[in-house]
Amino acid sequence: MATLPASVASVVHDTRVRTPWFEFWRKFRRQKIALVAGAFVALLVVVAIAAPWIVPYDAENYFDYDALNARPSLAHWFGVDALGRDIFSRILMGARISLAAGFVSVAAGAIVGTLLGLLAGYKEGWWDRAIMRLCDVLFAFPGILLAIAIVAILGGGMANVIAAVAIFSVPTFARLVRGNTLALKHLTYIEAARSLGASGRTIVFRHIFPGTISAVVVYFSLRIGTSIITAASLSFLGMGAQPPTPEWGAMLDAARSDMLTAPHEAIFPALAIFLTVLAFNLLGDGLRDALDPRIERR
Amino acid sequence: MAAYIAKRLLGLLPTLLLVGFLVFMLVHLLPGDPARLAAGQDATPETVELVRKDLGLDKPLPQQFLRFVTGVLHWDFGTSLRTKRPVAIEVGSRFMPTLWLTIWSMAWSVIFGMAIGIVSAVWRNRWPDRLGMTLAVSGISFPAFALGMVLMQIFAVDLNWLPTVGDDTWRHYILPSITLGAAVAAIMARFTRSSFVDILGEDFIRTARAKGLDERRVVIKHGLRNALIPVVTMMGLQFGFLLGGSIIVEKVFNWPGLGRLLVDAVDMRDYPVIQALVLLFSLEFILINLIVDVLYGLINPTIRYR
Repeated sequence: MATLPASVASVVHDTRVRTPWFEFWRKFRRQKIALVAGAFVALLVVVAIAAPWIVPYDAENYFDYDALNARPSLAHWFGVDALGRDIFSRILMGARISLAAGFVSVAAGAIVGTLLGLLAGYKEGWWDRAIMRLCDVLFAFPGILLAIAIVAILGGGMANVIAAVAIFSVPTFARLVRGNTLALKHLTYIEAARSLGASGRTIVFRHIFPGTISAVVVYFSLRIGTSIITAASLSFLGMGAQPPTPEWGAMLDAARSDMLTAPHEAIFPALAIFLTVLAFNLLGDGLRDALDPRIERR
Repeated sequence: MAAYIAKRLLGLLPTLLLVGFLVFMLVHLLPGDPARLAAGQDATPETVELVRKDLGLDKPLPQQFLRFVTGVLHWDFGTSLRTKRPVAIEVGSRFMPTLWLTIWSMAWSVIFGMAIGIVSAVWRNRWPDRLGMTLAVSGISFPAFALGMVLMQIFAVDLNWLPTVGDDTWRHYILPSITLGAAVAAIMARFTRSSFVDILGEDFIRTARAKGLDERRVVIKHGLRNALIPVVTMMGLQFGFLLGGSIIVEKVFNWPGLGRLLVDAVDMRDYPVIQALVLLFSLEFILINLIVDVLYGLINPTIRYR
């Protein structure tokens, strides 16, 4: 027996490189649509960061009075709005606002929600009941209503909108992580860790938390899309970003009065929101398919 | 069954009380003096004090809360700061247009969403599935206010088939309810598909096929009923989404409903109206979830109410 059969060799090869990251990449790579969406999200992030340096015109303080409501042209790729501002520049600067709003609000909601979920799931009993009751109350308000109530208290503006969206993201993550924690904490490896004398904190953060990450990541991506829409909706209602801020929802609101004569003022912000949210949703779908072991065979 | 409903209603009490407390606290969390807000910008200090006494704002907080709860139980939400009319009347006249709008949206989004979901599951990974799921992911990614503007532009302005704003006839309901329902239809389609795909992989489906039933019977009789159970739960959750979404759609279509009343009230800082509306929306949402739980049992006889 000089050589191993080829199949055995490949099995040996596979076990050597099958880290969780490798496994994830192997499955994610197959999701072509999600890969494209991920690349688009990466491009958006670059554009959002670089926006102040790459915009052709100042998004707020440049006014071309000779081209009010002008259609798209070489000088103004996406046209000009009713006040003479360059829509392309405003869309690019708007990407900054929308992405930041989506990311910061969901990140804050995910961190607080995950901590609460770990606490509720690990401690159970009184902690669990209190935290879940809080989640019930937050769930008793339809999302955007809660945001409006918070804006009514704190006043309008993007910072308050972000706070509002963060607050209503909390219960989603708390419930998700609690469920995962409850399922994980009775597994043998947790029992082993405890019998070795690991402290509660070590068990929760070193052993349980990693098991919940994949679910959190999937929700994170899907929630960003929802949160961008919510933030834009609040701006559309006049409760979020205030003029002259180039926020996409606020731009759409401003375009309403000129829909007949200058539809491009509405089309471009609408497309910007749609494509951005679509990219996050497709990315989230792809992540879910790559991270959820149950989906393997379908 | 009746005992179960009674038990569930009792279980709602703590949540309702907490929601009520948060809504009550809204006034005290607002920046500035609520008495001055109620009395108006130009009121003299004496008037402000009178208003404070009149609204009971000089009493300790627990007593104020009790007063608030008693008021709510008697359908008394105070007086609108903007119109000076009782809030209950303001809200009452706006209630039906919003309810009808959400019911219409729900009806058609359930029909279209489930149809797309079932078609996608049955022809999984073939072109009807790809088309359906592309529509669905687009639906959840397109913001309602943008969709409303587009639909209004095409069907009301350019083609002149439907009216633009208002709620006078049934034709006024078409565009707003489609706008409001689109995202929910998309969510329902995705959810129905995944629920159906799960069910179609079950052993009892294989058994049904093995004993020679034709595919239509397998899908409708054996698949549908089982796949519907999670879908109905989803429906309840989506109703809250519709209530929230109506706030935005009502602005686009200038709909005389609760959503626009809320937006106006926030603009004018008309806090008694805000309180009543937040309470009403939440109550509606909670009750709908209860109804869904009860429906759940009617579809799924394996659940026994205790």
